[in-house]
Amino acid sequence: MTDTSMPSVPHKPRPRPSRRGRGTALAWLFIAPALLFYSAFVLIPIGMTAYYSLLRWNGIGIPQFRGLQNYLTVLTEPDLLSTIGNAFQLVLYFTVIPVGIGLGVAQVIRTHLGGPFGTTARVVLFIPQVIPLVAAGIAWSWMLASNGVVNQLLSLLGLGSWTRGWLGDFDFALPAVGLIGAWVLLGLCTMLLVTGIAKINPTLYEAAKLDGASGWDEFIHITIPGLRQEIGVCVTVTVIAALASFDIVYVATGGGPGGVTNVPGLEIYRLAFAHRQVGLASALAIVLMILVILCILPIQWLMREPKK
Amino acid sequence: MSDAATLKSPAIGVFAARGILVILMFVTLLPFISMFTAALAPSGTYPDGLQWPADPQWVNFVDAFNSAKLDRLLLSSLTIVACVVPASVLFGTMAGFGLAKLAPRGSQFVYLLFVLGLTLPLEVVIIPIYYEMQWLGLLNTKFAIILPLIGLFMPFSIFWMRAHFVNVPAEMSEAAEIDGASVWQQFWLVQMPLARPAVLSLAILQFLWTWNSFLLPLVLVEVPLERTMAGALGAFQGQWGTNIPLLCAGALLILAPTIAIFLIFQRQFVAALLQGAVKG
Repeated sequence: MTDTSMPSVPHKPRPRPSRRGRGTALAWLFIAPALLFYSAFVLIPIGMTAYYSLLRWNGIGIPQFRGLQNYLTVLTEPDLLSTIGNAFQLVLYFTVIPVGIGLGVAQVIRTHLGGPFGTTARVVLFIPQVIPLVAAGIAWSWMLASNGVVNQLLSLLGLGSWTRGWLGDFDFALPAVGLIGAWVLLGLCTMLLVTGIAKINPTLYEAAKLDGASGWDEFIHITIPGLRQEIGVCVTVTVIAALASFDIVYVATGGGPGGVTNVPGLEIYRLAFAHRQVGLASALAIVLMILVILCILPIQWLMREPKK
Repeated sequence: MSDAATLKSPAIGVFAARGILVILMFVTLLPFISMFTAALAPSGTYPDGLQWPADPQWVNFVDAFNSAKLDRLLLSSLTIVACVVPASVLFGTMAGFGLAKLAPRGSQFVYLLFVLGLTLPLEVVIIPIYYEMQWLGLLNTKFAIILPLIGLFMPFSIFWMRAHFVNVPAEMSEAAEIDGASVWQQFWLVQMPLARPAVLSLAILQFLWTWNSFLLPLVLVEVPLERTMAGALGAFQGQWGTNIPLLCAGALLILAPTIAIFLIFQRQFVAALLQGAVKG
């Protein structure tokens, strides 16, 4: 909870001239192992992906240079473009539901999360964060199966006509996948927001009450501004989880039915390792990277503390 | 405090808060309960979502354990964790210290380079990593998972440890410097003991991320037994996807170690996950 400001603000170099010289080489020795691994498995691969994205290559033969042709395909081919559209639809579920519910819960709970009950709640709500996403996918495939719990509950409520195999349904498969993500991220967002709201000065709420403010007024004028940083964190984490989703979709639907739940991550995997279209897969990967950055930068900028 | 309104509202507030939390906890646990009852149905049948079986088949867990070769899988996962976590924590801590406390010329740029990696989806680098591993002849070995994971964990490790070291007062190392300690001694004897809570949280997070990694083992290692738990679970689903009781039993068994460790270290886990999200 200390240095949460984004690191783009350059720190002034420390005024310690005496330590330069021999110290500099030593300092780089401390940084070197990390930089080595990072270069080998992140920096160089990013460059290679960018290079592959300009090729037509099946991974074995001699690559052909294609220029930006692959990008044109990514941005015009409906099957590829729809994966990006699906990823953005997932943001709706992965981000809006957990953050919305989390904010509501935080507003109600505020300072009441003490004692053994609070501890239990914290532990239970965190379980989806510690299990692999694959497991969440398997568990929910079963929940959403035609004789799973979701349909059982619907029948119990007299909504038997609504029951269906959710993940195999053309209209409902994507929302169903989104719901799995929402379930995974709900606990984390709720806990972040509940922890955050407990730090807002309670006298603000008391003063608002004395002024006759409604619960809604408190929510808009105290809770939301006070939780700005935490909301930013939740949105960042969940948006990345949605745009770069792979595990849940791979397990729950495999992109089906008919590609309605296909996402860029899955398509990259399939193009590169099943269809051997390495160039096209790489172009989609670069597009995904740029999209994530374009979505995250404004969020980071908005959540920055106003100048003190 | 003595105001009647503020006395009354907390009572209702506590009640409402608990009610909401109970609902949320129920929604969180429901999938596990459903998997548990399904796991006890006769193998090969198609049970209902929530239905206590007339004759619970505990033997399903034994069958799932054997067919997933869970003992070997645990060993494989532990080996991978034992290689990834210490290396990545050590390198991250050293670099975090170097960037925060020694800060040589040009290190600002290097730090920025690391931090940019925080938002990078794994899908962006998985293709070249595959060809790198092929070139190194390491495909289908544990190293194909271990080495890339260390690199992929660097942005977060460094971000995390640098944030810690930046907040350690400079007097600490200055005092040690006056006592004639070398930089290396300062790092091991002065800074590391102080950094223990941060290091522990980092280790917990990286244990989880290694254990749960899926795409990397899926692409780089064909044999499920050489993978991590999550990767193997994917293969188990592929094999037993139509046998719901066995699949549920297997999935629960594969989850059990993580959940057990989580419950034992829950305080550290929750703290690490909350802070990890804020910083990441």
